[in-house]
Amino acid sequence: MPLPAGTTTELARPLTDDDVLLLRRDFPALQQQVNGHELVYLDSGATSQKPISVLDAERSFYERENSAVHRGAHTLAANATELFENARTTVARFVGARENEIVWTSNATEGLNLIAYGMSNASVGRGGADAARFVLTEGDEILTTEGEHHANLVPWQELAARTGATLRHIPVDDDGTLRMEEAERLITDRTKLVTFTHVSNVTGVINPVEELVRMAHAVGALVVLDACQSAPHRVLDLAALDVDFAVFSGHKMLAPTGIGVLYGRAELLDALPPFLTGGSMITTVTLEASGYLPAPQRFEAGTQKVSQAIALAAAIDYLSAVGMDRIERWETELGARLVDGFSAIPGVRVLGPAAGVHRAGLASVDVEGVHAHDVGQFLDDRGIAVRVGHHCAQPLHRRFGVTASTRASAYLYNTTADVDAAIDGMAAVREFFGVTS
Amino acid sequence: MSGLAGLYQQVILDHSREKHGFGLEPTADASSHQLNPTCGDQLTLQLHASDGVISSVTWEGAGCSISMASASLLSDLAPGLSLDDARERIALFRELMHSRGAGIDDEDELLGDAIVLEGVSKYVARVKCAMLAWVALEADLAQLDASR
Ligand SMILES: Cc1ncc(COP(=O)(O)O)c(C=O)c1O
Repeated sequence: MPLPAGTTTELARPLTDDDVLLLRRDFPALQQQVNGHELVYLDSGATSQKPISVLDAERSFYERENSAVHRGAHTLAANATELFENARTTVARFVGARENEIVWTSNATEGLNLIAYGMSNASVGRGGADAARFVLTEGDEILTTEGEHHANLVPWQELAARTGATLRHIPVDDDGTLRMEEAERLITDRTKLVTFTHVSNVTGVINPVEELVRMAHAVGALVVLDACQSAPHRVLDLAALDVDFAVFSGHKMLAPTGIGVLYGRAELLDALPPFLTGGSMITTVTLEASGYLPAPQRFEAGTQKVSQAIALAAAIDYLSAVGMDRIERWETELGARLVDGFSAIPGVRVLGPAAGVHRAGLASVDVEGVHAHDVGQFLDDRGIAVRVGHHCAQPLHRRFGVTASTRASAYLYNTTADVDAAIDGMAAVREFFGVTS
Repeated sequence: MSGLAGLYQQVILDHSREKHGFGLEPTADASSHQLNPTCGDQLTLQLHASDGVISSVTWEGAGCSISMASASLLSDLAPGLSLDDARERIALFRELMHSRGAGIDDEDELLGDAIVLEGVSKYVARVKCAMLAWVALEADLAQLDASR
């Protein structure tokens, strides 16, 4: 595969603004003006822009191979199936997994629900003895954290309500880091599942995965990792991290909407009862009952997201060609610059770790006297796109004593000039709204 | 006025800070709570009326400058209006908000200073913010009807 335009062959060399400006040419949506300014897109934490190679991959599929996968004997169907399964291989290699450990979902939210409903089904006897380790009853505990996206909270609230299990959470400190002494106390023999985000979508905190996995496995609990904010931005080896399940969404990593990934250790996926059922996931069907395929097919009922999966593989090829290690380093630099800049502005409070502490390439702030919505509107007028609101993390915002914040989140196509534009804009907000004292 | 200055006119910024009518009374003839779940803006708005005429509107809430200013402007406008007039003004304000910058002819003066919110109609995502207090008053009026 040809390297995307702008990539260099010296993979170890750190990215520079010049490299990034070359990469940016691959992203049509970034070549536009908004409100009379060059677009500064700092909302990749919500969703990323797409390079031409990804758009082309999807279009090319529809122009050539388009047909039903895993069905039919004709050439197009065979070619489509091959591309679809190759995409699975690409994803598996990207996260240190095997093909049969990668399940297509429509997004991370569906992946988390798939696990929760699989456990729910096991808890009412589906899946038999093999599924015993997924059974939850009264007295069992599910452990999440105070810093989760609603996607990694609400499904567990529902699972607890259906099974009688108790949902607990690890609290966070004032700086958004997990209180590990509380984790130690909360992870007990009653704990059956521990689920947490790898990187916070609000604070950029990087949670101590290895330590939590060690504590959870010591009591025989399963570990679910929400990798939504890590898979797109960091080198990720799920097998090495030793998590049992992980989820992420394609749209946050240069791929289209409608495609996501559930990773599960093979022996767990083969034992977990299915969530959605119907065509394509069965062996023998009678009018009374059905047998199910092994993973991953047992979780892929119905017509699949074929073009999106192929486009996700193209996105991963793009990211890999640039180099995840380089992307991670670049974004760490941008994140530090954001936090340094925001923290230096009077009346602006950065939620999460203080300047100087390692974090991902994003920062959320509370601006004293100005509502996040107004901050976002002010920045938009300068062509700067940021996210405002609670970022689907109401409990964490409550913990910080605010209802909403303004988040700037960077990706591989952002330059230091983008970050500086956001800082300059932020520095002008309070004066515009007349709240400087 | 175009752009940001059209949206955030000085009158709006002033109202968002001064918040006329802010502070709830111990009792009211009707009261409703409104929440905008996408941004977390919320307010409780009380209606005080006698003999079919609004005497005052009081409220408390938290949110962006547009939602706060809009509530403040509404509590300036409402006193002295008959319940039917209030309903008419709410309908007019809604029409203004959905005009996508075109405004509404002739009847501007019926909205008093609240007409300064016209600029919001160009920002579809912010219309909900401006409507919050007016939807609350609409709910209060419906409560009064139901209890009659
Ligand atoms: C940490 C985290 N978890 C889960 C999600 C949910 O992702 P999706 O809406 O794509 O399912 C997001 C995205 O906003 C996220 O940032």
